[in-house]
Amino acid sequence: MSTDIPGDGVAKGPDLTKRPDLTKGATGGTMTLADSDFATDRREHDMRSALLDYWHRIKAGELGALPAVLGLISLVALFTALKPDTFLSKGNMANLSVQALPITILAMGLVFVLLLGEIDLAAGVASGLCAAVLAKLITDAGQPWYTAVLSGVAIGIVIGTSIGWLVSVLRIPSFVVTLAFFLGLQGVTLRLIGEGGTVPVRDDVIVALSNKNMPIWLGWALAGVCVAGYTATQLLRWRRQHVRRLHSKPIEFVVAQCAVVAAALLISTYVLSLDRAPSPLITLGGIPWGVPLVAALLIVCTFVLGRTAYGRHIYAVGGNSEAARRAGINVTRIRISVFMIASGLAAVSGIVAASRLNSVATSAGGGNTLLYAVGAAVIGGTSLFGGRGKARDAVLGGLVIALIDNGLGLLGTSAYLSYLITGLVLLLAASIDALARRRRSSAGR
Amino acid sequence: MNPAGNGREPVARPIGFPALPDGPDGASGPWNAADTLTDHDRLARGGAARWEPLGMSVTPALDLRGIGKSYGSVKVLDDVAFSAYPGEVTALVGDNGAGKTTLVKCIGGIHPFDTGEYRFEGRPVRVGSPRDATRLGIEIVHQDLALCENLDIVENLFLGRERRRGLALDEDTMEEMARTTLSGLSVRTMGSVRRRISTLSGGQRQTVAIARAVLWDSKVVVLDEPAAALGVAQTQQVLEIVRRLADRGLAVVLISHNMNDVFAVSDRIAALYLGRMVAQVSTADVTHRQVVELITSGTSGEPGKRR
Repeated sequence: MSTDIPGDGVAKGPDLTKRPDLTKGATGGTMTLADSDFATDRREHDMRSALLDYWHRIKAGELGALPAVLGLISLVALFTALKPDTFLSKGNMANLSVQALPITILAMGLVFVLLLGEIDLAAGVASGLCAAVLAKLITDAGQPWYTAVLSGVAIGIVIGTSIGWLVSVLRIPSFVVTLAFFLGLQGVTLRLIGEGGTVPVRDDVIVALSNKNMPIWLGWALAGVCVAGYTATQLLRWRRQHVRRLHSKPIEFVVAQCAVVAAALLISTYVLSLDRAPSPLITLGGIPWGVPLVAALLIVCTFVLGRTAYGRHIYAVGGNSEAARRAGINVTRIRISVFMIASGLAAVSGIVAASRLNSVATSAGGGNTLLYAVGAAVIGGTSLFGGRGKARDAVLGGLVIALIDNGLGLLGTSAYLSYLITGLVLLLAASIDALARRRRSSAGR
Repeated sequence: MNPAGNGREPVARPIGFPALPDGPDGASGPWNAADTLTDHDRLARGGAARWEPLGMSVTPALDLRGIGKSYGSVKVLDDVAFSAYPGEVTALVGDNGAGKTTLVKCIGGIHPFDTGEYRFEGRPVRVGSPRDATRLGIEIVHQDLALCENLDIVENLFLGRERRRGLALDEDTMEEMARTTLSGLSVRTMGSVRRRISTLSGGQRQTVAIARAVLWDSKVVVLDEPAAALGVAQTQQVLEIVRRLADRGLAVVLISHNMNDVFAVSDRIAALYLGRMVAQVSTADVTHRQVVELITSGTSGEPGKRR
């Protein structure tokens, strides 16, 4: 969630030659314990050095959220220029936010898998299967929505556990395992729903996720709480680091970061709170109920990845699994768990998608669902090579993908072109990732 | 969720204040009791030679006796005795294939040995896994360092043993402890403890790996060719750190091919030749040439030093 500009690497080109005292051999030569440079290290960057440092990092291939943000800006500019009256309309903005929800949730789960350098090709169809189970339970078995949701997510977790077990215990490459699941699960969904059929979802709570909006006051209240919470967390952390004289960003930077996040949140809330009803007789406004769900998932995932030992271990296994193993981390358990998280979140994504369509078809989660999600994670800045990525990547990338989908729809592009363009965008994101990685290794980063 | 899951809550301490090994007054009883056992052992094993420690009254931190290890039909270690004493650097030398790495893996619990006795601070212990070794306070710095390049220095130092405050990580305390430890090693060239490992030079990475080994309450540190890939200045820096560790009361085992390094920092040299320990001698008592002879032919030309 943070813009991640801690600005390390003050001392580039370390001076290794300034060792005055030589080791005097076995008899215990005199060793002068000079004051360490870490004494002088206890300082914050000022604004200038932090900016300079950020620039160096960009040049060295640590792009962070930059490609996604640039992509968002240029896409908005492009579609606004091409379709000025419809694209920026209030109704389309709300539509866009709902469109991005399932992709974002699916991508958030995939970030965990991608962090290990693995892939889950079955996440899309797993989301479809879980949605089918949910729809069957509600419509055919007459179960309440919470039972259906719990069962759907439970099935997702079971699928993830099986994939994780096959990958980490039997050591089959995740590509192969999940490709097999991709095919197999489609068969299960087909058997469940029946060929060519769809199951309608008419439960009020489920349908409300994507089709109903929060009261406007509640939207503003939640946005306010989020802004206040984020700002307080950032400022308190800065203060703590400052007091204990730890490594910290300059305060101006922290404030700017908070301002950007607050502006983004409040502007979106404002836009979504406007009355977007096509007729003046009714009012239609407010944040769709699915948005706070994604926000909650984002907060939880960011905390887990960034602030817990479990998250740290995921990064460690993704960076160097042998080192992680030697450090006493149970690599097998970590591997299984990320597939469980990915499939569990895929189930949630399937439920949100079902809510949006009011039904589940046999093709649910098939087609380009998964590629959209992988594309979202990679565009957001998660590396396909493992070890790098954040939960917020899914949100930024999900927005980019939804924008492309939405804009192409508005332009009335033929289906073949949509596929082509989306494929090219995914390829572009992967190329940026690969080039940045090469850049990093040549820049020694 | 705690994948590390070891029962021992790791006691970290700044390296500036070493916890001296329990030694003679520890739970293991007086040193002479251990020595009686030694005699008994020696008799039991048919009078295999055991080299006397430099400081006669010190219990070795690490004491291996009669270690044998085979991979299939290949006997890699044969009746090897090896000791490392607190406050000393013991250099383990030997040609390629002499069994150095296997011995280190046995010490670290990565490969259990087939026969022999493993004593830690005078008491027999069973080291069946790397975690057992860590729990005793034995840390091994492998040749390939085993650092995660995508994590920063602090994150690497505490990997697998993170400090927590409730659910969340206690980053502040970890950063402070990392800084204290690195300062204690007199590391001056790293800039910031929040630098990613991928931005560090070889010598700096080696330093981080060593710092990780001593951040905890470790008593024995085994360094597998720490200077193999380093330049002159960096080697110097690492050797200084090695010496400093021993001066703080740790038992340091240094594996090296470089005789200059060995003579620069070690107090004692143990030479392996084709899976047998051919000598464990005080560095002051031998010459460069004798050690090279021990490595290449298993004898130093001095009857007293061979077996």
